[in-house]
Amino acid sequence: MSERRIGVFICHCGGNISDYVDVAAVRDAVKDEPDVVVAETTIFACADATQTDMVQAIKDQNLDGLVVASCSPKLHTFTFRGVAKRAGMNPYTYTQVNIREQDSWAHTDDPEGATRKAIRLVKAGIAKTRLSAPLSPLEVETTPRTLVIGGGIAGLRAAIGLADIGLGVYLIEKGPEVGGWVAKFGNMYPQGRQGRKLIEELVSEVARRPSIKVFTNAELQSKSGSFGNYKVEIRVGGTSSLGIALEVGSIVVATGFDTYEPEIGEYGYGIDGVVTLPKFKELVDHAAGPLSYHGRPVKTVAYVYCVGSRQPEGNAYCSRYCCAATVHASIEVANLDPQVHQYHLYRDMRTYGKYELMYTESRERGSVYMKYPEDTPPTVARNSAGQLTVTTHDTLTGGEELTIRADLVVLVTGMVARKNAPLVSILKLPLGSDGFFNEIHPKLRPVETVVDGVLIAGACQGPKNSSESVASGLAAVTQSAAILKKGVAELDPMVAQVDADKCTWCGLCEETCPYAAVDRTEVTGKTVAVVNPAVCKGCGGCAPVCPEDAIDLRGYTDAQIRAMIENLAEVPVL
Amino acid sequence: MSDATRVLVFSTNMISDPGIDLAGSRHLHYSPGVVVISVPCASGIKPDWIVHALESGFDGVFIASDGDECAYLPNCSERSAGNVQHAQEVMQERGISPKRVRMAAVCSVCAEPFTKQVTEFVEELQEAVV
Repeated sequence: MSERRIGVFICHCGGNISDYVDVAAVRDAVKDEPDVVVAETTIFACADATQTDMVQAIKDQNLDGLVVASCSPKLHTFTFRGVAKRAGMNPYTYTQVNIREQDSWAHTDDPEGATRKAIRLVKAGIAKTRLSAPLSPLEVETTPRTLVIGGGIAGLRAAIGLADIGLGVYLIEKGPEVGGWVAKFGNMYPQGRQGRKLIEELVSEVARRPSIKVFTNAELQSKSGSFGNYKVEIRVGGTSSLGIALEVGSIVVATGFDTYEPEIGEYGYGIDGVVTLPKFKELVDHAAGPLSYHGRPVKTVAYVYCVGSRQPEGNAYCSRYCCAATVHASIEVANLDPQVHQYHLYRDMRTYGKYELMYTESRERGSVYMKYPEDTPPTVARNSAGQLTVTTHDTLTGGEELTIRADLVVLVTGMVARKNAPLVSILKLPLGSDGFFNEIHPKLRPVETVVDGVLIAGACQGPKNSSESVASGLAAVTQSAAILKKGVAELDPMVAQVDADKCTWCGLCEETCPYAAVDRTEVTGKTVAVVNPAVCKGCGGCAPVCPEDAIDLRGYTDAQIRAMIENLAEVPVL
Repeated sequence: MSDATRVLVFSTNMISDPGIDLAGSRHLHYSPGVVVISVPCASGIKPDWIVHALESGFDGVFIASDGDECAYLPNCSERSAGNVQHAQEVMQERGISPKRVRMAAVCSVCAEPFTKQVTEFVEELQEAVV
C-alpha cells in the first residue's frame, strides 16, 4: 500500500473521556505512527466548529484517511463520514474508534489502564484506515410507503403526517378498533378536550386520506428485505386467516404501553376501595356528578404516588406522566364536587413545563400535598371499623405520622413496557433493560433504531404523555420522509468481494449464501465466483468458507482485521 | 498491570456491540486488557484471525456472538461455532490450548452478562498462566 495521509482526532467528550483517559498521552503515542500527518485532541469532536476545523485540516493537509476516537460508532459514524464528504474525502476511509462506551466509561476505576487501552484502540483504528479503500455507497430505489404498527394516538397521527407528506401508509392495529388508550379518555389537559373526541377526529382525518389503508385485528407476521424495501406479511383477523404481503420502505412501531398492575397487598391493593390510576381515571371520566364507588359516596380521596415506579427492585424508572395525570384528575374531581377532600402523598412531584400551572390550580382548589419519606412509604389498610385508612409521614411538617380516613385510595401507577415478544423477534428491535424499545440516541437520533428504516414512536419507547407521543410520531414521519422521499437510498457498500486471481470456483461460497448473492462468471476464460452487491447483505459469512482465502468483506478485509489485531495486541508502556 | 491479561473480543455491529457499549454506559467495570473488534456478523470471523490474535500476544479470544438474534443468518450460531472449532483444531496443532477461545451469545442489552463472562474468562486465563 502506498503512503497515506491520515488525520487523527481524539475527543475529550467534555470530560466523559478525558477524566479517565489521558488524551494528550494518546495523541503523543500515535502522532509519529506511519502515515499520520495530523494528530490532535479536541474538547468536543462533534461540535460544529470542530467539524469545520476538521474539514479545513483535511483540505489543507490533503488527507485521505480520517480517524476520530470518541464515542460509540452508533452515534457519530454518519457525522464524521459527513465531515469527510464535505472535505472531498471518501467517507469510507473514515474510522470511528470507541474510547468512551468501550473504554473511559468501562474503566473509570483504572485511568492508566484506560489510557493504554485507548492507545491500542486508536492505533488499530489508524491501521484499519491505512488499509481502507475508497468505496461508493450502493444506491437502491426505495418504496414510497410506510407500515405503521399500532393505531393509538401516535400511530394515527403518524399515519396522517405520512400521507400528507406524500407517502402511502398501511396502518395495522392488533385490536378490533384503532384509538388506543386515548380513545378511552374523557377531558384532557391543556385544551380540556375529550380524548375520545380527539381520536374520532383523527380517525375521520385518516378516512379522508385514500393513501392510508387501515387493517384492524392485524398483526405483523414476518419481515424481510432491507432498509428502503421491506417485504412484510401481515395476518388479519386471527390465526385462521390468510396473510397479506405488503411492500414498504420504512416501518414505524407505535405499539404503546401497558400500565403497572400492583401485586395484591402492595399498598393495600386488593382491598375494596383501593384502585389504580387508570381505573380511577375511568371512574372520573364517567362520573356525571360527585364521585361514588361501589354505590358509596366518595368524600375523601387519598392518592399514593410512585406505586411501582422508581423502585430499586422492579421498575427503576420514573413514568413522568403520572404526577401530571393525577393532578389533572384531582382538578376534575374538584369540578365534580367542590366539597371533596383530596390528599396527595408523593415522593417527588414532577409536573414539568406547563403542567406546573395545573399543580398550582390543584392546590388552589383544595388538594393537600404531603411528601412521604422514601424509606417509609405510606401504608394502606382497612381498620376494625371497616374504614379505609392511609398512614403516612409528612416530611414537610416534621415527619409526623398521620392517618387519613379515605373513601377511595388511588395508587398512582406508571407505564410499563408492553410484552410483545413476537414483534421484537420479527423486527429485531433492541430493548432497554426497562423493556421499552431503544432509540439510537435520545437526543441525536431519537426515533431511529439500530435497524435501519425501523422507527419507534410513542410510549413503546418509554413513558410519554399524549402530546409527547404525537411529537415522536411526527418525528418518525420526518425521518421516514428523509429516507423515502428521495426515491433512492444509499446503502453501505460493505459487501463481499471475490479476488478473481485467487478464486478457483469450488462453489462453496455459492452454497453457503442464503441470499443467493454469489454467481458464477467467466473472467479471461476462467470460471470464478462473483458477488452481486445489490443482493449481498454484508454478513461476511462466505469469507471463512473460502478454501482459497479469496473472499473479503469490504471495510473488514482480512488485511485490515489482521493489522488491527497486531496493533491491539501490543500494550504500550506509559 | 491491570491489563496484563489481553483478551480480544469479536463483537457484532448490531447486537453484541451495543450490549458491550451498554456495559460502559452503565460504568460496569471489566479489565482494560479487553479490547473489541466489531464486525457485521459472527459467521464472518475467520478461524485464522483467532489463531493470529493468539499468536500475536493475546491470551484469549472471546467471540460475543448474536446467538439466535442474528439478522443475517438463521444458522449463525452453528456456522460461527464451526469456525471456532476449526480455529481450535489449528490451535491444537500448534500447541495452543483450545480453552483460550470462547464463544457466547451477547445480546444488545446484555451489559451484565458480558461483564461477568469476560471477567470470568480473564480470571481463568490468569489462573492457567499461573
